[in-house]
Amino acid sequence: MGYVAVKGGEDAIGNANKLVDYFRWKGRTKPIELDQARTQMRLAVDRAMGEGSLYAPELAALALLQVEGDTFEAAFHLRAYRATLERRYTSEVIDTREMFVQRRISSTFRDIPGGQILGPTRDYSFRLLNPALLNASLGSIEKFIADLKDEIDPKKLHEMTTYKKVIDIFLKEGLMSRKPREGEDRRVFDVTREAIKFPVPRSAALQMLARADTGALMCMAYSTMRGFGMSHGTVGELRVGDVLVKVVDKRGRTRIIGKIKVTEAEMVGGSGRGQTADSGRAAKRSPAPRYSIGYGLCFGQNETKGICMGMVESALRTPNPDNPANNQEFVLYHTEVIEGYGFTNHLKLPHYVTFQAGMEGARRNARRNAEQGKQVAVSAGVEENND
Amino acid sequence: MIENLKFQHSFNYAYIDEYTKKEIRRKTLKAVCIPGYQVPYSSPEMPISRGWGTGGLHVTLSLVGPDDVLKIIDQGSDASVNACNLRNFVKEMSNCALTFDTAEATLIQTRHRVPEEILTEKQILVLQVPQPEVLRGVERHEAKTRIMHGEADYAKIWVTLYEAYVRTGGLRSGAGHPMMVNGRYVATPSPIPSWDVPNLSMARCLYLFGAGREKRIHCVPPFTRVEPLEFEDIRFKVEEFAGVRCSVSGQDKAFMDQIYADDLSSSYVVNDSNFLDKLRKGPRPPQRLFTNPE
Repeated sequence: MGYVAVKGGEDAIGNANKLVDYFRWKGRTKPIELDQARTQMRLAVDRAMGEGSLYAPELAALALLQVEGDTFEAAFHLRAYRATLERRYTSEVIDTREMFVQRRISSTFRDIPGGQILGPTRDYSFRLLNPALLNASLGSIEKFIADLKDEIDPKKLHEMTTYKKVIDIFLKEGLMSRKPREGEDRRVFDVTREAIKFPVPRSAALQMLARADTGALMCMAYSTMRGFGMSHGTVGELRVGDVLVKVVDKRGRTRIIGKIKVTEAEMVGGSGRGQTADSGRAAKRSPAPRYSIGYGLCFGQNETKGICMGMVESALRTPNPDNPANNQEFVLYHTEVIEGYGFTNHLKLPHYVTFQAGMEGARRNARRNAEQGKQVAVSAGVEENND
Repeated sequence: MIENLKFQHSFNYAYIDEYTKKEIRRKTLKAVCIPGYQVPYSSPEMPISRGWGTGGLHVTLSLVGPDDVLKIIDQGSDASVNACNLRNFVKEMSNCALTFDTAEATLIQTRHRVPEEILTEKQILVLQVPQPEVLRGVERHEAKTRIMHGEADYAKIWVTLYEAYVRTGGLRSGAGHPMMVNGRYVATPSPIPSWDVPNLSMARCLYLFGAGREKRIHCVPPFTRVEPLEFEDIRFKVEEFAGVRCSVSGQDKAFMDQIYADDLSSSYVVNDSNFLDKLRKGPRPPQRLFTNPE
């Protein structure tokens, strides 16, 4: 009778859960400790936190372990947990100028105030598998850290400092403006408390992009520079580091409640004026700012996401029906990771009633057409099946 | 280090916090007041996948109480794995009573079927909805479909029905036949077979439609006119199951599943699992049957 007619569905679910555990443990290897996952799978944890929209490294590590490393499921577990949490405060706006910077680069200028800081990145390493990693031990890790410390001359360390932003250069020269764009909806919206309506306020678009699937955002961003939009964005500044999260308590005092690591990308693009064919000339003559920022911000170190978010944000502010990435509805609905993951996977659910309805309709039409001797194409119900 | 506290999270009654439940109930009331209109709501993430009944769960969990008797069916069956899964979840979170008996239930959550047995004013049927926007097939942009509903501009969907007739000789085949609710909004009945659509009209029970992924709730209140879209001369028809009888109960006049054997021969079985049980045990439960126009 096939899987659709499963009786004792509960037994089946119970057995499926047991089998999942069996496949996890059947290799009889040592369980991965939570701290190992949190520290040694750092970037997977960061990605899960970003897409899961919950900054909680330990819980993200737990989620990753629980789901055997599936990034969709890990993000999903965090989202589901997040939805049950009470909201006690709204944090102050995070100031990334106060960031304790670990990495900071700009591709718009050779030198930037404060200097380029390469920081922890795999960008300039060869992608060669490294079997030496298999020989790592607690001893070798200690030695590595001790050696690294020895290389640092404490006398040469300068004071801890924060860095000015690259966009300050643009602002100073009047090439960029802090003013909102004309007609832009700047209300602060909360996508977790309200369903979005189009056109969405910029805040809602930014929130949705910050929670979006990294791969989906990359697809959109790549399309804007490859052929469906010709906007090779430039990295005005990409910074990764820790920022403080502050709330104002009931007595009006600002309290620091913790720090989070974020990736921030400020992608320099056109100002949105002069991007359409008919206004191009007018824009050249106008004294208005020539550049604008496509803004990307996400939890943890996830530079692909930060940069792609910036590019897509920039594209969304200049709507163009010809390009998927310049279409708010297309981008925001279809990069939403939990919804896309759930709905594509729901195809595994039985659909036999829906399908039967389509078959019966098609048969009825075929019968009638045969009776009437008509030559009409018989389409199965599938194309009109709106599930 | 992790404090144990972090992992000892206890859940609110019926899982969803009270503020969100209140919001969902408010939006549901709005949907009741404007039959067929899709009301946007917060739709928080649930611990089950989007597209697997989250909207139905939101509505069910916002309504369920310890005195409720719950039934959950999927494709007409109580035994479907997803129905089992959702049933266990609601039970665990709300401690409500469970039943397979359609008549006994106060709250029924369903995917893609309306029970054959007539529902009463004491019952609420919550339908899971994958795509609440009936116009999505003719207009891809949400911003535009909202305007079309506002202006009752349903020309495009009428054209679609006409085109289906020209191409196939029938109004439309397949589940989810569009319906005009209370003479104002065209809405989707969710992908239920045409067989079930007439039963939404002037019913004694309340029909709530929850679309979690799309974050919309719509409603057909009791004793509300529901008209499947049709032309004066080309009429809406339900599935015929001509000359078909259930191989288990010997009965007809119910939505049937076609079961294929290894040699590709097929037989039919009544789809509604509880209705089939009742047919086998005793008198036929009360049912509203629609007769296809000539």
